[in-house]
Amino acid sequence: MCNSIIQVEVIIPTQTKYLDLIGSIGEHIAQELDKFSGDREALAYNLNLVLTEATINAIKHGKLASPSDTVKITITIQENELNIKVYDYGQGFDLESVPLPDLDNPKEGGLGIFFIRTLMDSVTYTRQGDCNVLEIVKYLS
Amino acid sequence: MTLLKENTMNLKLEKINGCTVLFIKEERIDAHNSGELKEAVLHLIEQGEINIIVQLEQVRFIDSSGLGALLSGFKNAAAKSGKLALANMQQQVLSMFELTRLNRVFDIYADLTEAFDSEA
Repeated sequence: MCNSIIQVEVIIPTQTKYLDLIGSIGEHIAQELDKFSGDREALAYNLNLVLTEATINAIKHGKLASPSDTVKITITIQENELNIKVYDYGQGFDLESVPLPDLDNPKEGGLGIFFIRTLMDSVTYTRQGDCNVLEIVKYLS
Repeated sequence: MTLLKENTMNLKLEKINGCTVLFIKEERIDAHNSGELKEAVLHLIEQGEINIIVQLEQVRFIDSSGLGALLSGFKNAAAKSGKLALANMQQQVLSMFELTRLNRVFDIYADLTEAFDSEA
């Protein structure tokens, strides 16, 4: 961890009013990345979106377990890798069983995981002790 | 033609050139306010306002639930032989419609003038 350039940890109640805060952190981080040479505005939007989608996912799952629960989000930038972990304390779900949306017959819902998968480089969802962790990686070079 | 009274989302409604224009005066549409947007549009349609243009000039961010709310409005308007179109979309918001191919579902206009010309 000593090589980390930036590490941010945020804990929020399972309330949607905090989505703006979490998304904004992602946008600001994109503006601070010294080594990133791609489309910074697009990265800022995408991090805002991915953090928003991952957090609402955790809020929904966490709320089912306990309305007073919290969601923890960590964002780590190390070398050329941006790593997001979102922890929820709900029952969890099978990420692999989430289907790709049928974009030719659009429906409400089901696009959150699609955005995360499409805009980032890897996504996993695993049980770790008493919580579930959605881990998202974006390579910055 | 009224908006729901309990709205906390900043929405403005105007009748312009015979069209119902819903101005979204928010920078962000996400899961915190998309439910309200969906209900507001549904309420308009239930009042018989089935041809709606949603003006998105101030919106710089939309998430999957926001797209879902607009799609819900589109489908509900279409079910009553009406139409929900979009105008003044910022480029990054438009990118989300392109990524999900929803730009092929909605009529998307550069501004209200273009929308009125096309809808007339």
